[in-house]
Amino acid sequence: MSTAAVALTAEGLACRRAERILFQDISFALHPGEVLQVEGHNGCGKTTLLRVLCGLTRPAAGRICWAGEDIRDNYAAYAGELNYVGHHAGIKEELTPLENLTFAAALGGSAGSVVPEQALQRIGLPFACEDLPCRKLSAGQRRRVALARLLLVPGRLWILDEPFTALDVAGRALVEALLREHAAQGGMAVVTSHHAVDLEGSAVQTLHLG
Amino acid sequence: MSLARAWGALLRRDVMLALRQRGQLANPLLFFVMVVALFPLGMNPDPVLLRSIAPGVIWVGALLAAMLALESMFRSDFDDGALEQMLLTPYPLPLLVLAKVTAHWLVTGVPLLLVAPLLALLLNLEGEAVVILLASLALGTPLLSLIGAIGVALTVGLRRGGVLLSLLVLPLYVPVLIFAAGAVGNAQAGMAVTGQLAFLGALLALAVALAPLATAAALRISLD
Repeated sequence: MSTAAVALTAEGLACRRAERILFQDISFALHPGEVLQVEGHNGCGKTTLLRVLCGLTRPAAGRICWAGEDIRDNYAAYAGELNYVGHHAGIKEELTPLENLTFAAALGGSAGSVVPEQALQRIGLPFACEDLPCRKLSAGQRRRVALARLLLVPGRLWILDEPFTALDVAGRALVEALLREHAAQGGMAVVTSHHAVDLEGSAVQTLHLG
Repeated sequence: MSLARAWGALLRRDVMLALRQRGQLANPLLFFVMVVALFPLGMNPDPVLLRSIAPGVIWVGALLAAMLALESMFRSDFDDGALEQMLLTPYPLPLLVLAKVTAHWLVTGVPLLLVAPLLALLLNLEGEAVVILLASLALGTPLLSLIGAIGVALTVGLRRGGVLLSLLVLPLYVPVLIFAAGAVGNAQAGMAVTGQLAFLGALLALAVALAPLATAAALRISLD
């Protein structure tokens, strides 16, 4: 399988919530080095679309393919390529950032090229916070802990739901830099955001819902 | 192997989380002790009577305590998104579920096992019957966790799933109660207990093999 063939494609996706059609006929193809930005007003189904792309929610119609293969046929392989950071990022309030990340690395099948300490440093979490339980951190700091798993767990496809929420200006710039870097290395990303995202130099597609 | 690493990490994390929230841990245990301790106060404390009701009382107490602890198995993971992340790993979900159930049993089932001899003493249970009680609890409490996990996985997406959980799980607990209390009763009467214990063991083997599959399927439905 050549890397050029590895792409995320969606064909005719539709989703229904309580008899209401949330979105329908969504099709796109995302190739290595590309970023898909999903836009739309509140409640138009951005999060649902991301969950559908992750394989968490079953679409009412359509299919999603990874490298030409339906993701349902070989879900374990797809899950190994996927890195999803949602609204709730699975950060345990009682554990310290370091413990959270060590666990995320073990569960995500991290190859161990980056250790959790380095990831936290890169993501800009103050050193003093490393030994505090996450419930004592601010929302933005927790967000940074959640995003640090992107550096730890290898995955060619990033699916990020509102990654800029609660982040300060420096944090936003950092996430944009991470996205640019990821795209430059041949990664793919699907991002929802209300902010204008500065991804100069990367191929950005825009999908408008609703 | 990385699956073993993920399995161990999940088990370790859950035990660590439980140890950091000791209040939650003590709640079912305290409930168990109180329920059993109240029986001699509420009825005639005649040693013969106590001895005859002991197997049933201890087992009903253990069963209700296990029910009380069930809800916590997936609740916080569901609320903070850890469950989603668990579904998105390249590893088989039933095996990860088994790690979670094992951790849950270690922090809620094993403590019941540890205080049981004390309660047996309180109800005048003696000799071999205490050993059989412990054996039945050792086989029975993991069974309660495994069966309960299916019910919790089905109801975790509902805001008020507590009543539904009891209705779903309690009927499935009845066979465990019958065989386990029966084994202890037989031991008191000096009769053979291998039949009941073998049945509990068979149920446990069946549950270890099948309950994680059902729980994993239920979790996927709950998170849809």
